[in-house]
Amino acid sequence: MTARLGPLFEACGAQHRAALIGYLPAGYPTVDGSRALLQAMLDGGCDLVEVGVPYSDPVLDGPTIQAAAEAALRGGVRLRDVLSVVESIAAAGGRAVVMTYWNPVHRYGVDAFARDLAAAGGLGVITPDLIPDEAQDWLIAAQKHDLDRIFLVAPSSTDQRLASTAAATCGFLYASSLMGVTGARDVVSSTAAELVGRAREYAPGLPIGVGLGVRNSAQAAEVASFADAVIVGSAFVTAAGAGTSGVRALAADLATGVRRPAPQPA
Amino acid sequence: MVGIQPVESSTAVPDARGHFGRYGGRFVPEALIKALDQLTEVYTEARSDPEFTARLNGLLADYTGRPSPITEVPRLSEHAGGALIVLKREDLNHTGSHKINNVLGQALLTQRMGKPRVIAETGAGQHGVATATACALLGLQCVVYMGEVDTERQALNVARMRLLGAEVIPVKTGSRTLKDAINEALRDWVTNVDTTHYLLGTVAGPHPFPVMVRDFHRVIGLEARAQMLARYGRLPDAVAACVGGGSNAIGIFHPFIDDPSVRLVGFEAAGDGVDTGRHAATLFAGEPGMLHGALSYLLQDSDGQTIETHSISAGLDYPGVGPEHSWLKDTGRAEYRPITDAQAMDAFQLLSRTEGIIPAIESAHAVAGALTLGAELGPGALLLVNLSGRGDKDVDTAVKWFDLLEDK
Repeated sequence: MTARLGPLFEACGAQHRAALIGYLPAGYPTVDGSRALLQAMLDGGCDLVEVGVPYSDPVLDGPTIQAAAEAALRGGVRLRDVLSVVESIAAAGGRAVVMTYWNPVHRYGVDAFARDLAAAGGLGVITPDLIPDEAQDWLIAAQKHDLDRIFLVAPSSTDQRLASTAAATCGFLYASSLMGVTGARDVVSSTAAELVGRAREYAPGLPIGVGLGVRNSAQAAEVASFADAVIVGSAFVTAAGAGTSGVRALAADLATGVRRPAPQPA
Repeated sequence: MVGIQPVESSTAVPDARGHFGRYGGRFVPEALIKALDQLTEVYTEARSDPEFTARLNGLLADYTGRPSPITEVPRLSEHAGGALIVLKREDLNHTGSHKINNVLGQALLTQRMGKPRVIAETGAGQHGVATATACALLGLQCVVYMGEVDTERQALNVARMRLLGAEVIPVKTGSRTLKDAINEALRDWVTNVDTTHYLLGTVAGPHPFPVMVRDFHRVIGLEARAQMLARYGRLPDAVAACVGGGSNAIGIFHPFIDDPSVRLVGFEAAGDGVDTGRHAATLFAGEPGMLHGALSYLLQDSDGQTIETHSISAGLDYPGVGPEHSWLKDTGRAEYRPITDAQAMDAFQLLSRTEGIIPAIESAHAVAGALTLGAELGPGALLLVNLSGRGDKDVDTAVKWFDLLEDK
């Protein structure tokens, strides 16, 4: 199967740069507000947006994204709203994938969700708490509805699991830069480069994106020196406090970072 | 009589990846898989290592006080339609509940893995107290996550944990109860997994927790089965237990699964009543979904968001349940019924006044259920009830419920 995100990574590769991927939860601060913020990310220079599904029990998220998800849920956001946000991004010519904990999809119906996401113009799903071992129905539905399957690997992943996870992945492999939850950090963890290096052996030709902890252009440049995509989440949630202009400015800053690979630290 | 035994049950669950039929499994971040694999491996080794078994059995006997007795309760039974109720006295264990059985096993595994730090969640505080106790005993660093609401209604147990040297962290996110304490413990674990064991207190969570915690609690049912045969020359007609996450229930149920004449009945917290929406009757009213790493029955809305629960009992105030209970429900081998706060508190008072035993409010749900079950089974029936914990921690709640203190 050809990856839906294949053309994106080809284009970035031709420009000798990493892709910039930004995350924000749908429904934060409101459904229409999140539509505008996600569009501002794309306008500012993100190549792809991750539309987050707010969830009641986000065990891989730190305080910033937890608070945003709680606010979105209090505002009454539904899974169908997430799909409608994806639809408006796609209609405006943007690229979107969904990032979701698995129970909302399980509850909606895995095949039905894949069908409706594909119909909305979404390109794939990032699944932080679904490992390929438990993903039989999702692998089938993704294939059937032509969606990318973006699984995560972590510094603790054994070589064997890097291989099996990469084999199940389509689009890009999501490498967690460190052991921990989401949240902006001052320094990019040194484990990130090592993990990407190990993953490359088992995922020849598969783009690798690095997330967790990136918040500014210098960090983006550092990550871009060894990864194919730089993923930024919590920093965008914080920037959303300043509205679309804050989000656009952060995207623009990060976009300069991914175009300016930093030398590897000595 | 004490100790973990190989699982000889013909039910053949779970499979190698922790699936009880469609339930269980591992719905967790990849970052935790290595630690779960290591735990599975170390546990599998340990259970067939005579030295480990001897160490655990020694602690269960000399430290916990096992075997726990069974107690016939004739004055309570007068309210049970002629059935005779027999209590399995897990309330008499050191630290006051069944929780210590599992905690000692996992604490020894923590040492075996060479990890210096233990984290745990707690609802009523019983698991937290047991964990703090085992960590004090074995010299392990201990951090307990507890929902802020629970730290208020179970203040005595917070003090006990701190006395034992544990750090208690009140969790202020979400519903600020057990569910959120587990979320916070999982976040800690993902961050510190190299040095830290997550000592999960119930038969929920990702594989191997449901099977491992079950095996550490099987001692309850193994003892009780032998004690019933020795005293009455026959098996009970039914076994009753309260079910939150389901650890005490699976511990007493499991050794009876292959005895078809024995009914297995779990009693869940119906709070203000299942019809009111303010309850925690997961198996009775929920539908399958993922929470905290396993597929099981779950109280969730139509979008798959976990619903906030209510129970007067902090230990049952949980929207999920262990996957093996979901399997036992679907196969029909066990049945699960709701008990309201009011029914539980009536039973709490009745057992106190008729037998001089103040139960944990959690266990009072099983006592309340046994009274109605006894009436259904009729005269001559023999009913085994797991009295999973004692009620010292619940005196504050009882004072408010029964208005026991005179006005100033």
